Amino acid sequence: MTGCIRGISGSTVWVEGLKGLRLFERVRVGNAELTGEVVRLEGERAVVQVYEETTGLGINEPVKGTGSPLTVMLGPGILGAVFDGLQRPLEQLRAEMGPFISGTKEVSALDYKRSWEFHPLKSEGDELREGDAIGYVEEGAFRHLILAGASGIISWIREGSFSLGEPLARLGSGEDVYGLQEWPVRSPRPYRRKLSPSVPMITGQRVIDFFFPIPRGGTAVIPGGFGTGKTILEQTIAKFADVDIVVYVGCGERGNEMAELLEEFQTIKDPWRERRLIDRTVLVVNTSNMPVSAREASIYTAVTIGEYYRDMGYNVLLLADSVSRWAEALREISSSMEEMPGEEGYPTYLASRIFGFYERAGIVETLNGDVGSLTMILSVSPPGGDFTEPVTQASLRTAGVFLMLDTSLAHRRHFPAINWSQSYSLYQKELKKNFSEKVSSEWEDLHDRCRGLLQSEEELREIAEIVGKEGLRDEDRLLMEAVERIRTEFLCQNAYTEDAFSSPEKTLKIIKEIIRFFDDASEQIRKGILYEDILKA
Amino acid sequence: MRLAEYRYRTITSIGGPLVFLERVQSVRIGEMVKLITPDDKEMDAQVIEIKGETVLLEVFGSTQGLDLEKTEVIFTDSAKKAPLSEAVIGRVFNGSFKPIDGLPMFLPEKWVPITGRPINPVARERPSEFIETGFSVIDGLNTLVKGQKLPIFSCSGLPSKEVVAGILKNARLPGGAGRFVVVFSAVGLTFYEYAFYMELFNEMMTSFTAFVNMADEPTMERLLTPRFAITVAEYLAFEKGMDVLVIITDMTNYCDALREVSTAREELPGRRGYPAYMYSDLASLYERAGRIKGVEGSITMLPVVTMPEDDITHPVPDLTGYITEGQIVLSRELHQKGIFPPVDVLPSLSRLMQRGIGEGLTREDHRRVSNLLYSNYAKGRDLRRLEAIVGSEGLSEQDRKILAFTDTFEKEFVNQGIQRRGVIETLELGWDILRRVSLV
Repeated sequence: MTGCIRGISGSTVWVEGLKGLRLFERVRVGNAELTGEVVRLEGERAVVQVYEETTGLGINEPVKGTGSPLTVMLGPGILGAVFDGLQRPLEQLRAEMGPFISGTKEVSALDYKRSWEFHPLKSEGDELREGDAIGYVEEGAFRHLILAGASGIISWIREGSFSLGEPLARLGSGEDVYGLQEWPVRSPRPYRRKLSPSVPMITGQRVIDFFFPIPRGGTAVIPGGFGTGKTILEQTIAKFADVDIVVYVGCGERGNEMAELLEEFQTIKDPWRERRLIDRTVLVVNTSNMPVSAREASIYTAVTIGEYYRDMGYNVLLLADSVSRWAEALREISSSMEEMPGEEGYPTYLASRIFGFYERAGIVETLNGDVGSLTMILSVSPPGGDFTEPVTQASLRTAGVFLMLDTSLAHRRHFPAINWSQSYSLYQKELKKNFSEKVSSEWEDLHDRCRGLLQSEEELREIAEIVGKEGLRDEDRLLMEAVERIRTEFLCQNAYTEDAFSSPEKTLKIIKEIIRFFDDASEQIRKGILYEDILKA
Repeated sequence: MRLAEYRYRTITSIGGPLVFLERVQSVRIGEMVKLITPDDKEMDAQVIEIKGETVLLEVFGSTQGLDLEKTEVIFTDSAKKAPLSEAVIGRVFNGSFKPIDGLPMFLPEKWVPITGRPINPVARERPSEFIETGFSVIDGLNTLVKGQKLPIFSCSGLPSKEVVAGILKNARLPGGAGRFVVVFSAVGLTFYEYAFYMELFNEMMTSFTAFVNMADEPTMERLLTPRFAITVAEYLAFEKGMDVLVIITDMTNYCDALREVSTAREELPGRRGYPAYMYSDLASLYERAGRIKGVEGSITMLPVVTMPEDDITHPVPDLTGYITEGQIVLSRELHQKGIFPPVDVLPSLSRLMQRGIGEGLTREDHRRVSNLLYSNYAKGRDLRRLEAIVGSEGLSEQDRKILAFTDTFEKEFVNQGIQRRGVIETLELGWDILRRVSLV
């Protein structure tokens, strides 16, 4: 069945004469067969969002339906790959068409020729339920479980090498099970039930782990104006986070930064395994100059890949830089469809889309009874650094951790520029307890004291601005000195040195030393020793 | 390819830069068309929207003289292309790629669409080669590297063109300039500025190509000018292996042109009336800078942005800052103190600096001295406010040292006039100032 193009505006195309289309079905548009998705149906007319550059597309050119929605290919070979927003492997594209991306070459996301070694975990005659692992493949350091997409009795199962196109098992019903499955990007993958997040995910950033901890399965947002270090923070966490798999989405960001990230990940060692960092990472890259509608799809592609590894029982971290670019893509699409705009031109369904996406994070009991988690850390780029804008506000309503990046801290080169009085973690109570049990019983106490000092200093600083530092009492000058040390030695962390990762033990040690210094010096002042003399000692 | 040439006389409405045309049979989005007015004037336009048989055209140039009945529209079946050849070097063109230097048009080697294609992120080479600009405040604290896009955020009345001129005159590439060329794109330039730059180019020995859209020339042409320039830059860099420095001044005029089209199309306005897609549109220009693995040349971009009302959160600098790899911010306060270049170090930033400095690139102590200068200056700026309230008696000895440093740093390090300083000299000067106020 073929329809034809009746109108084009930006990436939106109006199609006529194509019956039986379904909403969100993938279609091929024009002579060049560009990939598109049906976003609205009106009688025999359909509105299609094209995921590629539309320049050159002509009126009356044909449009064909494919019968299936936009999907992601899931199977061995995803780790270490770099995909664009539609899961096209960028290395492959480069090999086939050189350094520039053009046209619409159909390239398979995964390599069908590559041979894998299959280790069955079930045998003939076993009963299989949806989500059960029939076997596994060694994918780098990981056991890549092959999860059944259907239920039934196994009538045959493979052992040994196979390629992605070949079946791994046959069910009594005659249905084959493959090592590869396609999953619609906009549908969350199923699980048995969600669990409550209670185990911290170590980021290695002292200010996060100590003050605003993120649990496995939690969501954190990092809003900040430009130059506040969002990207560096995201990348540093991607390098050191205590998780199995990292999915990193460069959504509408800089090409040079992605080149940097890629080069580093290929050379740096995974801090938790004897492997390269890239071997635990999947990169989904849609830089700011790549097609806008594919940018909209990119975070869904990434989250589906994340859920797939979660279903194998892994702890997965999804980092997206930045959600604002995704929201802007949504706005562009919405306005080219001439929808009624909401706040700041964003469609009125912006918040519900954001909620729908953030809620795909979580720690879950998988279909086969295992536990896996998908944690999200998402950066937000508010225009003009103004946090009252809709994307930041909608994010705040769903995310459990808010890490506010502060321009004035960044201007002082205080990195990570996380503002400690405005940020929060809703999970703090539970996680603090967890740290106390796992790391040291002093954790909670030190945490509260440190917070107290920071707060008192803020009040003192206001006084110091009137009377001058020299006019303060010795106790107060000591407190300011201690907080200065907390700021420079504890809260600041240079992403380019060894200190880029700080284990909870190291975190505790540093803060303990500073607090001890403060206590000792306070004691001395009480005994009448002058502040200047203490500093000299 | 179409076999026949399509001509229409079916214009139904004209408003601002936009023309509606009806009963069009075969048309592509982005296709170039020619409009011929009753008095035989020719103008270029582009198809920006198709709805059934109605087509919306955006006219580059003035729409004056168009009418509904007699104006003829000819479809060309191709996208807007730029003629390319090494013969562009040394030439001056207007915003529509017509020579304005009195010489005849060159013979193009080929024609290439000006929208360009995105560089595959995995094909990008990580920029790491230091470019010496000759300004201490840039080389020492906000180092520029080959393949970077680093805008200059200026305010009206500040000497942004003198800063650009200084960089143009003094910039040195690592290992000597192999084949270094400047592509200059003037967007909405006043005659006064134009004369300034032309004199500069004649004075300089570097080869250059200029695309000039003057302030009184058609606004719509401003959307084309930088694209012609960058297309030429891509050709010289990635096909001819040259190191290209692209200068675009002023991006604020470009964005205003974008807003004008958007408003004429009755699109929903975003912040301050600029269209919602301005981020993507700016990215389609800025992101064309860079280096490619296995290819010799490079594109480094220095766009100039004038911040309306000195407001860095204005959409033009704001979106630019989100795309580019840092920014050099000029300050009115420093300018009033007579400091040149009046670069405010605190909000300025070069994101790619870390890769471009250090042992083997500049000097191993570069990072240390730059961090020391920066952090002391940042403290000093805070202390100045404090000093204004409590007076210098209320400050500690250390604070007074930092204040002394802050003044010297501005007067001697930032302020250097048009004298060129090598990077080693810059680093030495940095240490010297720190030593003099006994901070090290």
